[in-house]
Amino acid sequence: MSVTKTYEEINEKIKKGKVVVVTAEEVIDIAAKEGIKKAAAKVDVVTTGTFGPMCSSGAFLNFGHSKPKIKMQKVWLNGIPAYGGIAAVDAYIGATEVAEDDPCNKVHPGSFSYGGGHVIEDLVAGKPIQLETTAYGTDCYPRRKLETTITIDDLNNALLFNPRNAYQNYNVGINTTKKTIYTYMGVLKPNMCNANYSSAGQLSPLMNDPYYRTIGIGTRIFLAGGTGYVAWHGTQHSPSEERTEKGVPTGGAGTLAVMGDLKQMNSGFLRGVSILGYGASLAVGVGIPIPILNEEILEFTTVRDEEIFAPVVDYGTSYPNAEPGNLGLVSYAQLKSGKITINGKEVKTAPISSYPKARQIAETLKQWILNGKFYLTQPAQLLPSVEDDIKIKPLVIK
Amino acid sequence: MTVSKKVVLRFDAKIVDQPIMYSLIKDYGLIPNILKAEINPHKQGYLVLELSGENQKYAEGMEYLNSLGISVDALDEKVVWLEDRCMQCGVCTGLCPTQALSMNRPSMEVSFDGEKCIVCEMCLKSCPAKAVELRF
Ligand code: SF4
Ligand code: SF4
Repeated sequence: MSVTKTYEEINEKIKKGKVVVVTAEEVIDIAAKEGIKKAAAKVDVVTTGTFGPMCSSGAFLNFGHSKPKIKMQKVWLNGIPAYGGIAAVDAYIGATEVAEDDPCNKVHPGSFSYGGGHVIEDLVAGKPIQLETTAYGTDCYPRRKLETTITIDDLNNALLFNPRNAYQNYNVGINTTKKTIYTYMGVLKPNMCNANYSSAGQLSPLMNDPYYRTIGIGTRIFLAGGTGYVAWHGTQHSPSEERTEKGVPTGGAGTLAVMGDLKQMNSGFLRGVSILGYGASLAVGVGIPIPILNEEILEFTTVRDEEIFAPVVDYGTSYPNAEPGNLGLVSYAQLKSGKITINGKEVKTAPISSYPKARQIAETLKQWILNGKFYLTQPAQLLPSVEDDIKIKPLVIK
Repeated sequence: MTVSKKVVLRFDAKIVDQPIMYSLIKDYGLIPNILKAEINPHKQGYLVLELSGENQKYAEGMEYLNSLGISVDALDEKVVWLEDRCMQCGVCTGLCPTQALSMNRPSMEVSFDGEKCIVCEMCLKSCPAKAVELRF
C-alpha cells in the first residue's frame, strides 16, 4: 500500500510530539538507506532553507499619526527614500533604494554602502532611524513637514513584503570579455577567470518541491527568523522552463512572493548588502517545510546537488543584451567543488548565497516543528505550475 | 641594490614647515609615492609613503628623518575579518588571490587566515556585508 498523509495528520503528530522532521540534506541519506517507501512512511516533514541577496524585497511600515496630522507624501528613512504614494502614514521601503545624493556609479564601481536593505536591517536590529517626511497640506492632514527618530517598536505595523524571493534555480555568472565587470552576480573577472552562483541547491525550497505540489498561497514559512507566509507566486514566476527528467528546472523558473511580521525577524537572517558597482540589496533567509503527503513528494525532496543543473551565462555579452543562450550547464556538485570547466578552461567558482545559513535555517525550522512551535498550513491555492503554461514576456519597445 | 618599502612617518607640528620631501628626493635620490597624508600646521601629522631608492641612500635618508625627530615605522596594514558581520556567503573566496579567505568543504564555511593575506584589498571592496576591514 502506498503512503498517504494529510496536513491534519501531520499537525496532530506535531501536537503529540511524535512528528518526524528531517532537513532536505538528511532525507537524502535516509531514502538511500531505507528506500523511498519506508522513508515516506517514516518522515513527516522535510525542511528546506536558502539565504542570499533577494533584491525584490521591502517593507510596508505604518508610522502612526503625529499631532497635527501629516499625509506623508514623501518619506525618507536615514536619508533613503521610501514610497509614500499610498495611504497617509504608510510607506514602502524597498531594498535596492539609495539616497538621492548617492554617487551610484559616477565613480565606477560604486560602493552603495547604505540603501533600503540596510534601513530594514537597522530597523530589525532595533536601531533608531531618522524619519523625515513632507506633504502638501490638506484640511484633514494640515502638517507639511516633520522630522523625528523612530525605532521598530514605535511602528504600528512593519510588514516585510517581498514580491520575488526564493528563485527555484539561477544562472551562474561568468564574463568572457577582456574587462572586469561588476554585476548583481558579483565581481566577474575578465576571460572567464571566475564564476559565481546563487542557490542552496539541494537545500533550496523550490528545488525540493519542483512542481509546487505542496507550496502555495498561505503556506507558513520561516522568514528571516520569524514566521511568514507565501502570499502569491512571485513576479516572473515561470514554471514552464526546461526541466530534467526528475522535474528540476535548469534555469530560474519558480519564485515566491512572501510576507511576514518584521517585528519577529532577526538581523542574522535579514542583512542589508552592498554589491560593488551594482547597488544595495537585502539578503533574506527563507525556509519552507515540505509535508510528506505521499511517496512522490518524498522522492522529490531527495534531490541531490549532482542532479541539479544551472546554466552558465555570460554577463559580459549575452545577459545585458537580452540574447538567449549559455555556455553550458553545470551541476551544483561541481559548483560547490570550487571549480568548473567551461570551454576546456578550468574556472574558479564562488557562491553569493550562503550554504551554511541555508543549513542553519532548515535546522531551525526543523527544531521549531519538533518543539511544537510551528504547525503546517494547507495552501488555500497551489502556485501555477507547468500545466498553466505561463510565458514571461519581454518588454517590447513601441 | 634598491629597496622599496611602505612606511608611516609621524611628526610634530613644529617641523611641518621643513622641506622633507624635497630633501628626500634631491639629497638622497629617493622616490616617495604618497599613499595617505594628514598634515595640519597646528597638530601632529602623518604621511604614509612608498619610498624607494638605492640601499645606502635609503639608510641615510632614514637617518636624516630621525635627526629631525620624525618617527619612521614600517606600514603595518592589516586586513581583519569581522566574523560576526560575515554572512558566510563565500563570494570573497572566488576573488582572494592567496586563499587567505577560503571555503572549507564540504561545510562551505568561510574562514580567514591572516598569515596568507597580502592586503590586496579585493575582499575589502567586494564583500557585500562589509565584513572585512583595514587596520593600521
Ligand atoms: S564576502 Fe564578506 S560576508 Fe561573504 S563570506 Fe566573504 S567576508 Fe563573509
Ligand atoms: S586583502 Fe586580498 S589577500 Fe587579503 S584576504 Fe582580502 S582578498 Fe585575500
